[in-house]
Amino acid sequence: MIDKIVPSVEAALQGVPDGATVMIGGFGGAGQPAELIDALIAQGACDLTIVNNNAGNGETGLAALLKTGRVRKIICSFPRQVDSQVFDGLYRAGKIELELVPQGNLAERIRAAGAGIGGFFTPTGYGTDLAKGKETREINGRMYVLESPIAADVALIKAEAGDRWGNLVYRKTARNFGPIMAMAAKLTIASVHEIVALGELEPEHIVTPGIFVHRVVKVPRTATGPAGFKQAA
Amino acid sequence: MQKLNRNQMAERVARDIPEGAYVNLGIGLPTWVANHLPKDREIFLHSENGLLGMGPAPAPGDEDYDLINAGKQPVTLLPGGAYFHHADSFAMMRGGHLDICVLGAFQVSPGGDLANWHTGGADAIPAVGGAMDLAIGAKKTFVMMEHLTKSGESKIVERCSYPLTGIACVSRIYTDLAVIDVTAAGLKVVELFNGLGIDELRRLSGVALIA
Repeated sequence: MIDKIVPSVEAALQGVPDGATVMIGGFGGAGQPAELIDALIAQGACDLTIVNNNAGNGETGLAALLKTGRVRKIICSFPRQVDSQVFDGLYRAGKIELELVPQGNLAERIRAAGAGIGGFFTPTGYGTDLAKGKETREINGRMYVLESPIAADVALIKAEAGDRWGNLVYRKTARNFGPIMAMAAKLTIASVHEIVALGELEPEHIVTPGIFVHRVVKVPRTATGPAGFKQAA
Repeated sequence: MQKLNRNQMAERVARDIPEGAYVNLGIGLPTWVANHLPKDREIFLHSENGLLGMGPAPAPGDEDYDLINAGKQPVTLLPGGAYFHHADSFAMMRGGHLDICVLGAFQVSPGGDLANWHTGGADAIPAVGGAMDLAIGAKKTFVMMEHLTKSGESKIVERCSYPLTGIACVSRIYTDLAVIDVTAAGLKVVELFNGLGIDELRRLSGVALIA
């Protein structure tokens, strides 16, 4: 019997090697798998390359991982936020490498890796500093930039519900990078708030089919908190 | 010279968004447009983090931080709205499916080049987000900005000195002084606010303007 459900976040993070490229889902706080990040910190892998849209908020989650000093490089689109003080400090001290990627290129590069695409031409960024040194081509009268796929050793994603085959559904805009990161990693680990029996997820509604998911772990439901913006006083 | 205030600017932009349009409002000043969309038009708001049919901010106490906009603020979803992942969301932009996006700007050139993501300062931490995808993706890119910097310099410039977001991507500029179209022949003034004269606008802008 195939059962991708593991009993704990510790078991879920087993075997993440030093030097791994780790994708972490989430856009600000929504979809950020905080329990899996905490377990990665406890697991102790170092010299990591992290792929996320942002670079951590406040002092928890991804920010706490950065604070351990075990992240060598981050690939993201929007590191600077009102509450990105941990990243800001590391960056200014030259202690972390930043690869800045336009958000849509980031998403498509992840998707490309998951879909077996060796690269793609995109109009985004053409003529800007973020396309410097990259191959360009005119296609049907428009200029495009060649972008490469981003693959990962591990993806940590947060979903709403899953079953033992690894099928997943998400909650609202917490979906964001989950489905594409699940496709792009050799080992995809999903946290869910609910584990359901096979067949309970409506087949027409499954967002990530289980083929893209290797381990599923249940974590208690906690309300997602605000992150990444200046709140009115 | 009487400048439009932010609500008046937002109201002016909103007037040009037609029934049925798929629209992305950028972070900052453009988000004000949402409050002024004509109530008798059905307009679809897109947010790049993965929703279409975005509604207004929730009532205090009803915030759900799994339902946020591109600025990471809590929002609501209208009946008929949809969620999707990031690659689909940016396919909506890059694939030319959005009708209009409204963006803030540091600088715009007569050729429609846009600079709005980075001041290029040595100490500034760069962050681009979806700005470059939005600038080149929508069928029409509107810029909404104050005409002059705080020190009185024109933000419409012959050549952008800040790092570019996109090349030849802006179709129309809404400022607190005027509405200006980017055309093959150059910048064409569509509307002047509060009795401002074209010669005064030319003097303030420092670039060629077609009346």
